[in-house]
Amino acid sequence: MAEGSSIWERLGFRRASGVGEAGWGHAVIAGLISFVYFLPVLIIIITSFKLQTEALAVPPKFLPTSFFGLIPDAYVFTPTLENYTSVFSRSMITGAAAENTGFDRYFFNSIVIASVSVLLALAIGTLAAYGFSRYPLKGNDTYLFVILTTRMLPAIVVIIPVILMFRAAGLSGSYVGIILLYTAFNLPFTIWMMKSFFDELSPDVEDAARLDGSSEAAVFFKVCLPQVVAGLAATFVFGLILTWNEFLFALLLTGVDTRTVPVGMNQAVAGGGIGVLWGLLAAIETLFLIPVFLVTFFLQNHLLRGVTFGTVKR
Amino acid sequence: MSTIEVKKITKKFGDFVAVRDADLTVAAGEVVCLLGPSGCGKTTTLRMIAGLERATAGDIVIAGRRMNELPPEKRDIAMVFQFYALYPALTVGQNIAMPLHYEKLAKTDADKRVRKVAEILHLTDVLDRMPGQVSEGEKQRVAVARAIVRDPNCFLFDEPLSRLDVELRHSMRGQIKEVLSGLSKATVIVTHDQLEALTMADRIAIMRDGLIEQVGTPHEVFARPANVFVASFIGTPQMNLIEAELTGFADGKAEVVLAGNAVALRTDPAVGRLAAGKVTVGIRPRAFATTPAASHDTIPAQAELIEPMGAETLIHARTAAGGDIRVVVPRGQRVKIGEALHLRPDPRQTHVFDGAGKAVRA
Repeated sequence: MAEGSSIWERLGFRRASGVGEAGWGHAVIAGLISFVYFLPVLIIIITSFKLQTEALAVPPKFLPTSFFGLIPDAYVFTPTLENYTSVFSRSMITGAAAENTGFDRYFFNSIVIASVSVLLALAIGTLAAYGFSRYPLKGNDTYLFVILTTRMLPAIVVIIPVILMFRAAGLSGSYVGIILLYTAFNLPFTIWMMKSFFDELSPDVEDAARLDGSSEAAVFFKVCLPQVVAGLAATFVFGLILTWNEFLFALLLTGVDTRTVPVGMNQAVAGGGIGVLWGLLAAIETLFLIPVFLVTFFLQNHLLRGVTFGTVKR
Repeated sequence: MSTIEVKKITKKFGDFVAVRDADLTVAAGEVVCLLGPSGCGKTTTLRMIAGLERATAGDIVIAGRRMNELPPEKRDIAMVFQFYALYPALTVGQNIAMPLHYEKLAKTDADKRVRKVAEILHLTDVLDRMPGQVSEGEKQRVAVARAIVRDPNCFLFDEPLSRLDVELRHSMRGQIKEVLSGLSKATVIVTHDQLEALTMADRIAIMRDGLIEQVGTPHEVFARPANVFVASFIGTPQMNLIEAELTGFADGKAEVVLAGNAVALRTDPAVGRLAAGKVTVGIRPRAFATTPAASHDTIPAQAELIEPMGAETLIHARTAAGGDIRVVVPRGQRVKIGEALHLRPDPRQTHVFDGAGKAVRA
């Protein structure tokens, strides 16, 4: 560091003018803030390795190891994988033989239902958004607004008519039913998000492609879509998280075979009259985090571009 | 044959008429500039030729074929856009090769064509870069390269140089002209920069409010403007357009009351057929001679502001009636602020426009 720089500058608190130029002082602060936000998740992950007694202990047991006696025993728990095995198989009545809890099925359901409905919404929504953006109708804004109003009511308000309709249509408890519902549930924001991405593109590029000889389909698939990959990724992840975590519709509209993890989780921890099984709950939650975490992790480069799209002038 | 004929085309956006009854013919190998202020309909005209806008009325005939109903991809036209419109996800080389891709040309032939075009436009070194990684001037050349890489019916340029700095603009003007001269295609260039139009065009079509006001060679539109608008639009500094009252015509001279002074100016003989009344007299700033004494064919004025422009000096002179006359004199001629001037217009460069703004000529 240059001579005459202040103690703050030497700590890395110099004025940053570009990416990667912020000093490690900034990094430390960002790390601290991230830690505060990540703490609940961390507690869940730690709890998932504790037995019920340790999970309820006061003061809480923070660490799985005493670091060779450095930490007093009161703060140390013995890590166990019991919670994880009992997610999938445990004895429902004390003393009885372990039986399958059905969670393998619930995880499969959650993955299939969430990914199919989000992809479906993405396919339909992207086409709709392209249409709204490139071929505006008379009253375009009104249509867009109407589409958005479907998301303005709390789910609980519309749930009863939805249940009745599903029953009448024979859709309750079926995969098709819940996938259709989630697709409809994801469409409004998919359309709005994708429209804003398409609006950002220069229409000149599409005109150039037309003059170069591409058909309308080629303009959409070869020119427009590659430019909104980041937007597709961002929209996909947002939709996935929303659908993945959805509880109310899933509770009332899925059957035994099509039950999703949030519903299964609710039933697993509430039963038995012995209070909440915190360790079990934490284990389910930890497992539940993994798929969304992986998707987000692999799409993170696109996501960053997706959420900052349009903030930088071309 | 690569020709463009635009016959009485009109474009309406709702009630707004963007282009009205525009007629334009571009021969093979000819470069025509559509020149006009922003919003005059020149880009709309170009986009109708390209097929990106549908003409409300009229015919568009390209290479002898009526193309009104054909979508752009079927018209076989190459266009260079104002903001270049490069495909952001493709390299420079792939961008140039894109039009060939749709022509289903063999890969080796396509590569050869791309290399050749890149050489002409000095892009060989940047073929593998992305459009975001090349300079503004290079982007512009990539756009041109993409247009000339295949053999289209005609070329269209929409404000091709407006995003370049002065120096680049100057050199690109020359380069584009050179490239176009080797291709013998009908070409239409849209621009709002008269210098660009005057230097690049074989003929210029000047537009205003959706109407083509005059079509002519650069020399014609400068020397014989058809109306007041063309006269004011072409030429720097702007032509002086002075409101005057025509009182009579005798001896080849128009007797006018101009800026409060009665003067007799030698003009086109056709002015003799004009009834007395309001006219506009147009005289270019370089068409004045200053004389030491007042005479019946001089306009008296007082030098008010002096702007040296290097080789010449621009004088803003005030007439007795308070009007402003721009006069350009050679650098050697010293004029002081407040000095009384007697300005004698060159009769061959004195234009008279009738009450409706149309030039009066034989």
